[in-house]
Amino acid sequence: MGAAFGGPKHRLTVKSSEFLHMANYRCLFLINASGDIFLEKHWKSVVSRSVCDYFFEAQERASEAENVPPVIPTPHHYLLSVYRHKIFFVAVIQTEVPPLFVIEFLHRVVDTFQDYFGVCSEVMIKDNVVVVYEVLEEMLDNGFPLATESNILKELIKPPTILRTVVNTITGSTNVGDQLPTGQLSVVPWRRTGVKYTNNEAYFDVIEEIDAIIDKSGSTITAEIQGVIDACVKLTGMPDLTLSFMNPRLLDDVSFHPCVRFKRWESERILSFIPPDGNFRLLSYHVSAQNLVAIPVYVKHNISFRDGSSLGRFEITVGPKQTMGKTIEGVMVASQMPKGVLNMSLTPSQGTHIFDPVTKLLSWDVGKINPQKLPSLKGTMSLQAGASKPDENPTINLQFKIQQLAISGLKVNRLDMYGEKYKPFKGIKYMTKAGKFQVRT
Amino acid sequence: MTDSKYFTTTKKGEIFELKAELNSDKKEKKKEAVKKVIASMTVGKDVSALFPDVVNCMQTDNLELKKLVYLYLMNYAKSQPDMAIMAVNTFVKDCEDPNPLIRALAVRTMGCIRVDKITEYLCEPLRKCLKDEDPYVRKTAAVCVAKLHDINAQLVEDQGFLDTLKDLISDSNPMVVANAVAALSEIAESHPSSNLLDLNPQSINKLLTALNECTEWGQIFILDCLANYMPKDDREAQSICERVTPRLSHANSAVVLSAVKVLMKFMEMLSKDLDYYGTLLKKLAPPLVTLLSAEPELQYVALRNINLIVQKRPEILKHEMKVFFVKYNDPIYVKLEKLDIMIRLASQANIAQVLAELKEYATEVDVDFVRKAVRAIGRCAIKVEQSAERCVSTLLDLIQTKVNYVVQEAIVVIKDIFRKYPNKYESVIATLCENLDSLDEPEARAAMIWIVGEYAERIDNADELLESFLEGFHDESTQVQLQLLTAIVKLFLKKPTETQELVQQVLSLATQDSDNPDLRDRGYIYWRLLSTDPVAAKEVVLAEKPLISEETDLIEPTLLDELICYIGTLASVYHKPPSAFVEGSRGVVHKSLPPRTGSSESAESPDTAPSGVQAPEQPAVIPTQGDLLGDLLNLDLGPPVSGPPMATSSVQMGAVDLLGGGLDSLMGGGGSGGGSFAAPSTAAPANLAAPLGSGLGDLFDLTGGVGTLPGSYVAPKTVWLPAMKAKGLEISGTFSRQVGSISMDLVLTNKALQVMSDFAIQFNRNSFGLAPAAPLQVHAPLAPNQSVEISLPLNTVGSVMKMDPLNNLQVAVKNNIDVFYFSTLYPLHILFVEDGKMERQMFLATWKDIPNENEAQFQIKDCSLNADAISSKLQGSNIFTIAKRNVEGQDMLYQSLKLTNGIWVLAELRIQPSNPSFTDLELSLKCRAPEVAPYVFQAYETVLKN
Repeated sequence: MGAAFGGPKHRLTVKSSEFLHMANYRCLFLINASGDIFLEKHWKSVVSRSVCDYFFEAQERASEAENVPPVIPTPHHYLLSVYRHKIFFVAVIQTEVPPLFVIEFLHRVVDTFQDYFGVCSEVMIKDNVVVVYEVLEEMLDNGFPLATESNILKELIKPPTILRTVVNTITGSTNVGDQLPTGQLSVVPWRRTGVKYTNNEAYFDVIEEIDAIIDKSGSTITAEIQGVIDACVKLTGMPDLTLSFMNPRLLDDVSFHPCVRFKRWESERILSFIPPDGNFRLLSYHVSAQNLVAIPVYVKHNISFRDGSSLGRFEITVGPKQTMGKTIEGVMVASQMPKGVLNMSLTPSQGTHIFDPVTKLLSWDVGKINPQKLPSLKGTMSLQAGASKPDENPTINLQFKIQQLAISGLKVNRLDMYGEKYKPFKGIKYMTKAGKFQVRT
Repeated sequence: MTDSKYFTTTKKGEIFELKAELNSDKKEKKKEAVKKVIASMTVGKDVSALFPDVVNCMQTDNLELKKLVYLYLMNYAKSQPDMAIMAVNTFVKDCEDPNPLIRALAVRTMGCIRVDKITEYLCEPLRKCLKDEDPYVRKTAAVCVAKLHDINAQLVEDQGFLDTLKDLISDSNPMVVANAVAALSEIAESHPSSNLLDLNPQSINKLLTALNECTEWGQIFILDCLANYMPKDDREAQSICERVTPRLSHANSAVVLSAVKVLMKFMEMLSKDLDYYGTLLKKLAPPLVTLLSAEPELQYVALRNINLIVQKRPEILKHEMKVFFVKYNDPIYVKLEKLDIMIRLASQANIAQVLAELKEYATEVDVDFVRKAVRAIGRCAIKVEQSAERCVSTLLDLIQTKVNYVVQEAIVVIKDIFRKYPNKYESVIATLCENLDSLDEPEARAAMIWIVGEYAERIDNADELLESFLEGFHDESTQVQLQLLTAIVKLFLKKPTETQELVQQVLSLATQDSDNPDLRDRGYIYWRLLSTDPVAAKEVVLAEKPLISEETDLIEPTLLDELICYIGTLASVYHKPPSAFVEGSRGVVHKSLPPRTGSSESAESPDTAPSGVQAPEQPAVIPTQGDLLGDLLNLDLGPPVSGPPMATSSVQMGAVDLLGGGLDSLMGGGGSGGGSFAAPSTAAPANLAAPLGSGLGDLFDLTGGVGTLPGSYVAPKTVWLPAMKAKGLEISGTFSRQVGSISMDLVLTNKALQVMSDFAIQFNRNSFGLAPAAPLQVHAPLAPNQSVEISLPLNTVGSVMKMDPLNNLQVAVKNNIDVFYFSTLYPLHILFVEDGKMERQMFLATWKDIPNENEAQFQIKDCSLNADAISSKLQGSNIFTIAKRNVEGQDMLYQSLKLTNGIWVLAELRIQPSNPSFTDLELSLKCRAPEVAPYVFQAYETVLKN
C-alpha cells in the first residue's frame, strides 16, 4: 500500500512480488561480534550503512549472538542474517523475496570463504579483501546467483596460496582465470573437463550425528540421526560412479547433491553419479525418531541441592551403552550450572575439568571411555549462603566420537566406476558423533 | 603479502598518491593501485574522486584488471554520469570480444551501470548477446534485460527485448531458460496485468524439463513461477506434482520449500479419495522434518512456514511432534516457534508427552521462553479437554515453585481455564489466593481479581481480598482498575448485605477521582444500573459468559489460503499477505488456492460459482499479527467467542470489558453502526435519580438510518472492520453515488479505551482506479465509545490494477495507534456514469459488433415489477433504457450503461408481465470486457431488489 502513511513508524515501503528474486540483494555487510562493519558490498545502488543500526539494536537486545533473529524488518528494508564463525553476514533486502533463498546463499558464501581461505575469519577476509570482492561478484549478478559451486569459482578466481602470492608478485601474473570455466554450461556443470591425477582415489566418509534428549531417568525422549556422506574424489577424466548400500531402506529421507541421478535412486536405490572434482557432500539423510535410534552412551548423575544448606552434591558417571563393541572417544561433558552455584570442588577419575565461576559453565574433557573403569566426576558445589535452592536443574551436554561405526547401521555395499579404464583406490570410513546430545537432570 | 597491505596508506595525501600510481606506465603498479582503490571502497571510503584515472585503466588485456575496473565502475558510475560515458566504447568493444567470458562480463557490467546515457548504447550489444552462440553469454544477457527494464522500461519494450526474452524460454540450455524465467518474473512484477509469463501446458512442460537440469537457484525461479500456474484440471495438477516431487530431496532448503509451495497449492485440486493424494501427503513430511536439522536461521524460516502448513493440513505432521521438542541450546527464536507448533499439534494422543515437555521448559532459564511455556500449558488445557485436569495440576505444581513470573503466568492462564470449563476446577482457588501478594504484573493482578469477583460466593473473604486491592486504586493500571470495579460490583450483587460500603467506595473512586473516561463511564453505567434496577443489573453483570474457544490462535481461513500461496516468502515469515506491506508503486495480485475439481467438493470455493455472485459481503479482515498466546489471554480485548461471527451478530463485543457481562450486548443492541453515546458529564451523580428511560436511553442512543439524497441505490452500512481486529477501531460503511460523485460513507467507532486521532485512509490500486478525492477528515480526536460519520468523496483517477474479484477494494486506515487493513466489495453501479445513454443506432451497431462469445446470460429471480417500474428504477442508478419492444407477450428492454473507465455495457432485459407466476427476469449482457458482466448483473439485482 501507499507511501502516504508518512510517519516514521508506519513507513510501509516494501515492494511486493512473490517471485521477485533479482535485484533483491541490495548489499551485504559483514559485522564482527563487537559490532564493527568490516566489509560491505553493494549491488545496484549504495545503501547507507546506517541501515545496520536496526541490526545493532537487535544484537543488543539478544542475550547472546546466537539469539539475534535472522529476519529483521526495518522501515525500508529487510535484514536477513546468518551468524557463523563469530561473524554476522547481513544481507539487505528491499523486496519480497524467499528468505531461505537469501539465507541459503549467505551460508554458501561462508562455505566458499572457508573453502578459499581455510578459515573464515575477520582477519582472513581483510587479508584477502580483493579476492573476496572478486568472488562475491562472481557469485551474484544483480541479485541472481551466478556461480556458487566452488569447483567453478576456483576456475574463475584462483584461491590464494602462499606460493601463488609469491609467484604473482614476482611474475606479475594474476589470480583471475581468463577462460570460461568448462563445467559452467556442460551437462555436468559441477565438474570441469580435463581433470588429471596420477593417483586416482575416491574416499567416502559416512558421518552420523545423534541428536537426542534423554530425561532424568535415562529414557530417551527424542533421538534422531543426521547423517552425511562426504566425498573426496580425485579421479581422472569423466568417471561415472555407482554406490550401493546393504540396507538402503534406512534412507527414506535424503537430500542429494545435484550430481545424483534421482530416477535411478527411486527405482533401484542405487546412487549413480558423475562426481564433482575434489571435496563435496554427496548426500545427507535423516533417520527420524520413529525408527529406534541406538543410544551409545549413558550418564548417571546425582546432582542435589538442599534448601538451607550451602553445599550441594555433584556426581556424574559416563558409560557405554550400545556401541557395537567400539570404543567411545573424545568425550566432553559440559553443563551450565545454576546461578546460585558459587564454586565447585570436584575430582575426576580421568581427564581434566574446569568450572568458570563467572559463566557458571562446567566442562570436563573426559577422553576415552574404558568400560572396565568408568570415568566419573564427583564432589561438592558451594551455593550462595541462605539462598533458596535453584529453580532449574542443569542440563548436561555430551560430545563423543565413535570411529568405524555408523550408528544407524548404514553400510556401503560396493562402489563401482564406469566410463574410465584405470583402477582407482577406494575407501569408505564410518564415524558416529554426538550432535545436540542432552541429558536432563 | 596479503591484501591488508592495501589498507595501510591512511595518510593525508592518499588520494593524490593513488592518482599518481594509477597513471603509472607500469602495468603492475597500475593493478596494485586499482586494488588499493577497491580495498578502500570495500570499507566504505569514498574514492570516487579517482574516477577518470580508474576508467583509464579499463582498456587492458589483463582480465583481472578489467574486472577490478568494472567493479569500481558499478559502484561509482551513478555519481559521475558524464565521466562514465568515457567507458562506453570499451564496453561496446568488449561485447564483440572472441572470449565469451569477456562478452558476458561486459554486457553484465553495462547493465549494472544505472546511467541513462549509457543504457542507450547498451541496446545493440545486448541484442547481439541475447542471440549469442554461447549459452553463457545468453544467460547473462537475459538477466541484463531485467536490469535494463528496471532502469528504462519503455526502452526495453520499444526495442522488442521482451519478445526475445520470451523466446529464450524455449532455449536449448536449461540455465538460459531459468534465467529467462527469472528475468520475466521480475519484469512481470512491475506489470501485474501484462501477460508476460504466458503459462500454458506447453510452456509448463518446457519449464518442468528445464527444472531437472538447471542449477539449484534456477530451480527456485522455475518452481516459484510454476506456483502461479493454474492447472486446468486435477489430472494436470497431479502430473505437475509428480514431476515436482523429486525436488523435495534437494539439498538446498529454498528449493525444497518452493517445491512444497507448488505441491501444497496444487494439492487443493486433487480429490482426497485419490491414492496419489495420500502418497503426496506422506512425501511432504520427511523434507519438512529435514529442514529442522539445518542451520538455525533456516530452521526459523522453515518453522514459520510449517506453522502455516500444520494449520492448513495438520495430517502431514501429526506424527512428528517430537522433532519440535526444544533443545536447550536452540536459539530463542527457534524455541518460541517450536513451542507454537507443539501447541498446534497437541492432541489427545500425544498430550501426555507434550505436557511433560512443557513442564520441563517451565524450569528453564530464559524468562520469555518460560512464560510462553506456562501459557502453552494453559492452551493445551483449553484445546484438549481430556488433558485439562492434568494441565491444572501441572500449573499448580509450577505455582508451588514460587518463582515469581511463573506464578503470575500460571494465574493468568488458570483464569482462561476457568472460562473454558466453568465450575470445574474452582477447588484450586485457595492455592491461588495464597499467592496474591506476590503478584506485581497488571495482567496477573487483573486475572486474580477477575477470579475473586467471579467466584465471590465461594471465597469467604472475597470482600477483604478485594478491599486490599482497593487501597492503592489510583496506582493501579487501567486494566486492573476496570477489573476491580467489575469484580466489586459482582461481589455486591452476590453478597449485597456486607459489601454496600465497598461498592460505594469503588464507584466513587471510579467516577469522581479518575481521569480515565473508560473507567468513569463504566462506573456510571454500573451506578445507574444498580440504582435503577438491581434485578436488571444482576441479569446484566452476572449473565452467563460465552465460553472461550480453542480456535483463537488460528489464522483466518481465507488469509491462511492466501498465505499458503506465499510459502517460502517473507509474507510467510510474517504471516501477513504482501498487500499488508506493499509499496504502491508495484502491484499485488491477490492469490488464492485453486478450487478442487473432479470431486463432489467442487462448490468449495465461492469464487468459482458460475454466476460470479459473491457470498454476502463478509468483511475480509486482515488480522494484525499478534502473539499466538497473547490475544486469548488479554483481558481487555474481546476474546473470540465460539458463537456467530462478529460481523453478522447483533451483539457487539467491543473493547469494553467482556468479563463485565452482558453489558456490552445491551449497548450494542442498536445495530452495527454503533451507538454514539457521549461521556456523561461529571454532574451525572446528581441525575442518578432520573428515570431509567432518560438515563439509560441517552446513554445508549441508537443511531438511525443515514439520510440520503436522491441518487443511485445505497446499501445499508455493514461492518467492514470489526473492532476486535483493529485494536478497538470499528469501521462500517457503504458506497453511494449522487449526481455524478461517488462517495464512501463511513462510520468510525472507537471501541478502545484510548482516544484515537490522526486518521488517514488509503486505497490499494484497484480495478477501476478508485481513490479518495480528499483526505479523511476527522475533525476532533475520537474519544472512546464515540462514533463519527464521514462521507469520503472518491474519484476514479487512481492507479489501476485488476483485482480478483473485480470489485474488490483494499483499504488501509491509519490512526495514532496503528495501521489497519481490510478489504471490501463495492457495488458496481456506483461506477455507472450519468451520460451512459447510447444512441439507438449506435446501440444496434455495437450490439452486432460485439462477438457473441462476449454475451453473458443471467437470471434475476423474483422481481415482480413491470417494465416501466424497472426502467425508472434502473435509471436512478444510471442504467438507461434505449428501447422497449413487446415480443410474444414478453417485454424486452434494451439498455446501456457506461463505466467510469469508458467501458460500455449493453443489456437486453426480458420481462414476462403476462405471466404473474413467472417473475424471473432474463438479462443478457454484451460488453467488450466480458469480465465485468457478473458484476453488472449483481448491480442489476441489487438495484431492482431494493
